[in-house]
Amino acid sequence: MPALLRPATVPIVTARREVDADFLALPRHELAAAALEAAVAAGASYADLRIHRIANDVVHMRDGELETAVESREIGLAVRVIVDGTWGFASNAELSVQVAAETARRAVYVARTLAPLNTERIELAAEPVYRDAHWVSSYRIDPFEVPTAEKIEVLGEYSSRLLAADGVDHVSAGLNCAKEQTFYADTYGSSITQQRVRLQSLLNAVAVDAASGTFESMRTLAPPTGRGWEAVRDDEVWDWSAELTQLPELLAEKTKAPSVTAGPTDLVIDPSNLWLTIHESIGHATEYDRAIGYEAAYAGTSFATPDQRGILQYGSPVMNVTADRTVQYGLATVGYDDEGVQAQSWDLIRDGVFVGYQLDRVFAPRMGEQRSNGCSYADSPHHVPIQRMANVSLQPADQDISTADLISRVDDGIYVVGDKSWSIDMQRYNFQFTGQRFYRIRDGRLDGQLRDVAYQATTTEFWNSMEAVGGPSTWQLGGAFNCGKAQPGQVAAVSHGCPSALFRKVNVLNTRTEGGHS
Amino acid sequence: MIPAQQVVDMVLAEAARAGGVDETIVMVRDTADAALRWAGNSMTTNGESVQRSTIVISIVRSGEAAKVGSLSSTDVDPAAIPALVAASQQAARSAPDARDAVPLLTGSGDPDDWDQAPAATGADAFGGVAAALSRGFEGSDKLYGFAHHIVETTYLATSTGVRRRFTQPTGSVEINAKRGEASAWAGTSTPWFVEVPVDDLLAELSMRLDWAKRTVELPAGRYETIMPPSTVADMMIYLGWTMEGRGAQEGHTALSAPGGGTRVGEKLTDLGLTLYSDPLAPGLECTPFVSVGGSSETMSVFDNGMTLDRVDWIRDGVINALAYPRAAAAEFDVPVAVPCSNLLMTGGTAELADLVAATERGLLLTTLWYIREVDPTTLLLTGLTRDGVYLVEDGEVTAAVNNFRFNESPLDLLRRATEAGIAEVTLPREWGDWATRARMPSLRIPDFHMSSISQAQ
Repeated sequence: MPALLRPATVPIVTARREVDADFLALPRHELAAAALEAAVAAGASYADLRIHRIANDVVHMRDGELETAVESREIGLAVRVIVDGTWGFASNAELSVQVAAETARRAVYVARTLAPLNTERIELAAEPVYRDAHWVSSYRIDPFEVPTAEKIEVLGEYSSRLLAADGVDHVSAGLNCAKEQTFYADTYGSSITQQRVRLQSLLNAVAVDAASGTFESMRTLAPPTGRGWEAVRDDEVWDWSAELTQLPELLAEKTKAPSVTAGPTDLVIDPSNLWLTIHESIGHATEYDRAIGYEAAYAGTSFATPDQRGILQYGSPVMNVTADRTVQYGLATVGYDDEGVQAQSWDLIRDGVFVGYQLDRVFAPRMGEQRSNGCSYADSPHHVPIQRMANVSLQPADQDISTADLISRVDDGIYVVGDKSWSIDMQRYNFQFTGQRFYRIRDGRLDGQLRDVAYQATTTEFWNSMEAVGGPSTWQLGGAFNCGKAQPGQVAAVSHGCPSALFRKVNVLNTRTEGGHS
Repeated sequence: MIPAQQVVDMVLAEAARAGGVDETIVMVRDTADAALRWAGNSMTTNGESVQRSTIVISIVRSGEAAKVGSLSSTDVDPAAIPALVAASQQAARSAPDARDAVPLLTGSGDPDDWDQAPAATGADAFGGVAAALSRGFEGSDKLYGFAHHIVETTYLATSTGVRRRFTQPTGSVEINAKRGEASAWAGTSTPWFVEVPVDDLLAELSMRLDWAKRTVELPAGRYETIMPPSTVADMMIYLGWTMEGRGAQEGHTALSAPGGGTRVGEKLTDLGLTLYSDPLAPGLECTPFVSVGGSSETMSVFDNGMTLDRVDWIRDGVINALAYPRAAAAEFDVPVAVPCSNLLMTGGTAELADLVAATERGLLLTTLWYIREVDPTTLLLTGLTRDGVYLVEDGEVTAAVNNFRFNESPLDLLRRATEAGIAEVTLPREWGDWATRARMPSLRIPDFHMSSISQAQ
């Protein structure tokens, strides 16, 4: 069995950090006072102000050479109001008292203009007031205190390790670092300042067979994380040395691997792949705004409708799924959401039964809940906060079942590692995923790689075919920077933890024959 | 905010004063944005915004080599400009050599419209749309949808004398209508929200929902399929994104040829289709010069300000060009070819209704959704049909059919297409967030591969 890459187990020390001084130096409370007073004076029954600053550093390299390095800094203020039960929103790039007040009046104007077309009166769930609260995420080295040159050097050095290996013809490398700072204040009296950091680094190795005009690629599995630069610069968090050493050999094996035989197949799915299936088939399906049609024209709705709550057998009895905005290093982890609701964790699926939704302050009362579970988020000062995904995670078994234990239960199947292609329909029924590596399982052991594999299923059939989940030692936090939703489109980062898991008789496709190629 | 032109001048003056770099590029983008969103015949989240981004690109030369530092900021405080310039210059000084280095373009003088203020928009732009929608809200069908207007004015200048200005309006209206379990979609692009045909869209939706009074369940398989322009656009846009020359030359895209080299020159279809981008295409005009903050395989910061010409990516059915910025074009000894933000394909003379009338038995699609790459070697894409698959029998739509997951390559679709309808302006559904400017024909595919059934309605 090839070595399975796992995060290093070195104890991590997370420094207690403060919100950056230059963000605290902004006239936050003065801007809030100006906006909220202007909104109320113009007729708003409720208003909130969000000052939002986002730093983003992106580095792309190709074959060890710099393709681009761009540092982006965004800042602005947003005012959201309720006037006669209708939302209004306006934002501006300029942080002045006058602009804050004028933006609030514009938001009121927008609400008044559209109120005749609104038939659902907006009511907000109650939430305790948090005055001058502060929260900072868990990271040790702020990536924005690291010179871009150092980031390029590390990425270039990782690229050169791959390029030096036999069989690797090209390498692309990417690094994305983000820091998000917000100040939130509302007419109930809350005022909250927060700061969080996240980053992602990926390297993709390509082997080319020029004679046949074909090629194969394989990507590193290091997940995006709510940590700092310590997650990329060395092996402290992720064992980059081991992964970069093994990748060329694994790629070479993949280029020579036999093509898969399509048909119902037992699958053991590694957390590096399963997190994305969770994201698409559980995370989005349990968003309440989708379930009641708010995303019908765009991101879609959900088969998991409110009448199914407490009834629908979503998966097998070993399936327990939680949502949270609290897990350490989670990409959707915050102290408070963008409506001033404190972060929480709760059940979505318990013993295989669908039991919970993700909510914001508008949708909680519509579902009959007293309190939001804190899923409001806007990705920009110029976007309206909407219900976005919490960290949605599949829980491990109580006993420590290893991935090898799961594989040993399979006579003839496939072990799936790493995510790649993904697609799901607009009601979260039919999905199709590929991966980075597929190992044939014979008689409970791995027996070399396969290629051209995709698995395709319907959500509830798939999760009901889950026979076993791995134990805590197999649990791993994966995730994405690029979850899209809403119009105008918004992007959110979110993590998903899961163990390895065993599924029976999942429909496996051969992607060559799917495309009509032999 | 101070005027954008003043920001441009301040950045260039500060860069010259600070010294330490050889060249500077500055881009200021003023953006006004307004959005309407509705669900279940009621408005949901609506708003408007005013934004500015300032991008400062510093270049340090050493012989033919060059280092680049690129910083983007939305801070509108003029006092922030010296720090922005200093950070950009520091980034350039500490950067490794850029591999796309070429001399900057040169120019002299301001264009005629340089001093004009940026165009604006706001919630008032939706007056006509809102009035028509209110009539729709009073009907029995449930309406969901989105109207969006973005007006972006770009001011670009370089220390070598280039000055370009362009106002890019982008607008769209899309409506999803539901009646029972039937769902239909219609959309249109509209740069300035003038005479948006919302009533026509509502009438079309009603007609399609009427088609769904009869439903038929069909299994997965290969079907003769009429792809309307929106679906063709979504597939061809993905093809356009993969037409980078370097990757094809290096052997790792679907446009790489066996034995080395690229597939340029390969004939895909006898239908005589031409796939092209053209910033001057009537009704689909887009920014006619390069304006990027970072380099990629298809665009280079060194080309900023360069006029974008029409590029025929596929000409008369033959792969004709791949994307090469100036540096890559010189490296591979091929013509410069850089895409703009529209994509068009020529077609035939038949209306969509004519294609339907000429169909004995087949499927008529409405839109495609969640398109992702499955196999980059063949450009196999997967995705779903959405909001209306209809059965055509003996030249008429006779029923609505269940949705499907498909696995198809846009290259293979062109290879197998047997008929193209008249090209028309269309709104891509899947990629409409980024690509609203498209003109595409319908295509008849004799054996479109529906891989499995989707239960989604």
